[in-house]
Amino acid sequence: MIEPAAIASREPSDADEFLKGLWKKNPVFVYVLGMCPALAVTNSAINAISMGLATAFVLVASNMVVSLLRNVVPQQVRIVTFILVIATFVTIVDYVIQAISLELHKGLGAFISLIVVNCLILGRAEAFASKNGVWRSFLDGLGMGLGFTFALLCLGSVREVLGSGSLFGVALFGDPFQTCVIMLLPPGGFFTLAAWLLLFNWRSQRVAEVVPNREVPS
Amino acid sequence: MSDPTVERVPQQSQPSVVQMYAAVMGVGIGCALAIVVVYESTKPIIERKRAVATQQAILDVLPRAVRITAFRWDGAQGRFVQSGVDSDTQILFAGYDEADHLVGLAIGAEGTGYQDTIRVLYGYSFERQAVIGLRVLESRETPGLGDRVETDAAFKNNFTRLDVQLAPGKSALAHPVEFVKPNKKRLEWQIDGMSGATVTSSAIAEMIGKSTAKWIPRVHQHRSDFTFNSGSSATSKEGWVPDD
Repeated sequence: MIEPAAIASREPSDADEFLKGLWKKNPVFVYVLGMCPALAVTNSAINAISMGLATAFVLVASNMVVSLLRNVVPQQVRIVTFILVIATFVTIVDYVIQAISLELHKGLGAFISLIVVNCLILGRAEAFASKNGVWRSFLDGLGMGLGFTFALLCLGSVREVLGSGSLFGVALFGDPFQTCVIMLLPPGGFFTLAAWLLLFNWRSQRVAEVVPNREVPS
Repeated sequence: MSDPTVERVPQQSQPSVVQMYAAVMGVGIGCALAIVVVYESTKPIIERKRAVATQQAILDVLPRAVRITAFRWDGAQGRFVQSGVDSDTQILFAGYDEADHLVGLAIGAEGTGYQDTIRVLYGYSFERQAVIGLRVLESRETPGLGDRVETDAAFKNNFTRLDVQLAPGKSALAHPVEFVKPNKKRLEWQIDGMSGATVTSSAIAEMIGKSTAKWIPRVHQHRSDFTFNSGSSATSKEGWVPDD
């Protein structure tokens, strides 16, 4: 059996660095970061996944650049340069999404520009990328970005199914299905987020109860 | 939000102001270059997609048109003059059939909805003196409520033959467009509201009312400005940017 002290001091592997953002440290369900887009653009699954991927791209790219610049930029001006880098990638994403689909750009509205102020991105730049190498920053950004996308997809799928009776625009039910329009409105975002947080916390508590029992030697 | 895996950052000596400025300026210049490169690369694609969207909207509201020409009102000359298709100021599109006869105009209008500005394009037929189609170009109305104005067939039916005939003096509409409560439409110049989207449907009715009151008398007075000119920069349907 591995000693607890050894576990605590063990260097996380690349896989750990990537996987932590998907579940254990999920930015939405665990850190409760990036709530503005999580609530505002998740009225459909396609909007949710698009916003998630756009944020993931900005997160990965800004993490890598911030990591590259960590020994060049003085500590006193680091936040300014982080914001510059993040804003640049958000602008790039804005143009690229317009080039891919004007409808999608219209659906995401002002929230693409607001990725700049998503605390998840600045948070990872400050807490991780500015203190780690490019490869690990890439993995951290990718894991966190995909975790964010997964969380938004969880919210968007539930809201679209209940609010529109469809998933990814495909109707799931017949005419008699009465849609619940409130699920597409801001309160629906809060209801769905609360339900998912409840589920996550319940599961976390269950795991916490079960894991120590496993540690006890038989 | 601290990670247990962070590397220890060595203590650095205090950097000079010049070093700090140089770092920020360097990063800023790099970022600016990246934005310019992406902007220049995506600009033609975005413009092409916008042109396709506009052309598709024109086709929706003027289904008989096979050629279009963009016009704008020139106040100095007191007439309609041709405008570049990619111009942001264009507000009127004349549609022509196979025989180069004017089939109608596609006219843009905008107004404030429940959440933000709504932009629409409506088709006007000279023959029928009526609005013959409407397409919402831009709207951020509430999903599931206000945004139904884009898809609700009953509401869109209001604009398949909305009467905007001119009064005998031809300087004003005979009957200004009216907004009425849902299912209360009795006259051809009335627009039925939508329950659950009252503000949005009322906003559209208001912008159509204002736009038709402003433009319809003027386009009739200057109808000859829209006569098809084979030397003009009309865009044929075949020549329109294909929808991909």
